[in-house]
Amino acid sequence: MKKLINQQPTKPFRWLLGIIPFFILLILYIGASNARLAENPNDKLLPALGSFVEAMDRLAFEPSKRSGEYVFWQDTVSSLERLGIGVGVSALIALIFGVVNGTIPYVRANLSPLITAISLVPPMAILPVLFIVFGLGELSKIVLIAIGITPFLIRDMQQRVLEIPSEQLIKAQTLGANTWQIIVRVVLPQVMPRLIASVRLSLGAAWLFLIAAEAIASTDGLGYRIFLVRRYLSMDVILPYVLWITLLAFAVDFALRKLSLWLYPWFHDQTPEGA
Amino acid sequence: MSYINIKNVWKEYGDQVVLERINNTVEKGDFITIVGASGCGKTTFLKMLLGTEGPSRGIITVANEPLHAEPDAQRGIVFQRYSVFPHMTVLQNVVLAREFEKSRFLSRLFGSAKKQAVEEALTMIEAVGLTPAINKYPHELSGGMQQRLAIAQALIKKPRILLLDEPFGALDPGIRADMHQLVLDLWRRYKLTIFMITHDLKEAFYLGTRLWVFDKDRIDPQAPGAFGARITYDMPVGSVDEKASAKIRESLQQEDADLDEPAMSGVTP
Repeated sequence: MKKLINQQPTKPFRWLLGIIPFFILLILYIGASNARLAENPNDKLLPALGSFVEAMDRLAFEPSKRSGEYVFWQDTVSSLERLGIGVGVSALIALIFGVVNGTIPYVRANLSPLITAISLVPPMAILPVLFIVFGLGELSKIVLIAIGITPFLIRDMQQRVLEIPSEQLIKAQTLGANTWQIIVRVVLPQVMPRLIASVRLSLGAAWLFLIAAEAIASTDGLGYRIFLVRRYLSMDVILPYVLWITLLAFAVDFALRKLSLWLYPWFHDQTPEGA
Repeated sequence: MSYINIKNVWKEYGDQVVLERINNTVEKGDFITIVGASGCGKTTFLKMLLGTEGPSRGIITVANEPLHAEPDAQRGIVFQRYSVFPHMTVLQNVVLAREFEKSRFLSRLFGSAKKQAVEEALTMIEAVGLTPAINKYPHELSGGMQQRLAIAQALIKKPRILLLDEPFGALDPGIRADMHQLVLDLWRRYKLTIFMITHDLKEAFYLGTRLWVFDKDRIDPQAPGAFGARITYDMPVGSVDEKASAKIRESLQQEDADLDEPAMSGVTP
């Protein structure tokens, strides 16, 4: 008998082991739901699976009586748009500032303390400020995401740039490169896969800020919907929405990972944990 | 006037003297191997030649001009590790120098300029024997092949001076012998002036034209940092007889045993 740490499950068995907990959760839910519904058919806390299908069918495939929109898809598009713009803008800012900070000591001395200070401000605490300054429209939601994740991304990028071995920077200089050329050919291409990795890490926070902003001031969006139907205890809407958000988060993460693997094979081959 | 003049060069960090009174001249085409105990300042000396460190006192001139105080295309370098770009293939690594030179803004070449640069790079890659691997990334290459790439990358710039900082320190003995042959060939073919730091005395006695030994000739046990290292032996390679070699060996071992040596210069062991 091998030691436990040396025993590897075979591939199909690994799949099975991974799926079992989900099944158990599902069965527990159905059991609990049935028990509550048997006692009170109007119970709203743990609706039957059929109620989820019904609610989603209504939101996703029937136009809303009030606005004529397909609410579920409208919410999804609005939220993804905010998330995409917020994260995209943050990544771009982080790339520029992180790379310049990391490569040019004078800029780093000038900006690094400020960025560290900003990164310590709790973004939710300045949400009211954003609403006051940027109004209740799209901008303040995007700015919240940006303020929430950009300082982290910049600091991470700066760190990654500083981790590039100095031998490489010296070598580039002996090959005749100036500062700009070192940035575009040596530093930038090497931090791109690392930027994708940090964006993936910051997505959780980005979703948090998105849903928070939507919950407080919005007229559509996944977070808005959840907080809206909370008033009616509509678990039949909330739970599928949460599931959907989780699925979207997973899909975005998965897509970024595949993108990075495809664009930067050299990065993933040399850093096993980079996958 | 000699090609490289080193005039009374000192290097001090605070009151730690790393190198003192270095005086020497180097002719074009000299191949100098440098040995010395850990922490004796040979890497510091190489850094001064490279331009990442300046001398505290004294001056180094190349062709009658003071050495530039930052790394530039005048001097090529091959480090023990990390001197190729991991995100570029072998070919891209070698073409890079031409792209830096001819495209100051984009640093990329297109069309016929690119073709010409690629051809030149292929010749250089051929010279170091990496032709079968032109489309591989450095992490797919063995240590010896990576060092070949680093050499090709440096040589395409046709540097007047090539600096090698323990380039073969991480390689297996068998591969090392191949690399020696390669470096000797390239040195003759491109008429380079080479400075090479090594830890391998056999390598030092065999490669190149001159052997320099860095060592402290004065030691104050109360203040180990009070005196710096100097070039204690400077002899033509080939003339190192048994007696001299035993003496050099002895002086190096003595230093190695003396581990209270401050590693101020960040010298690799």
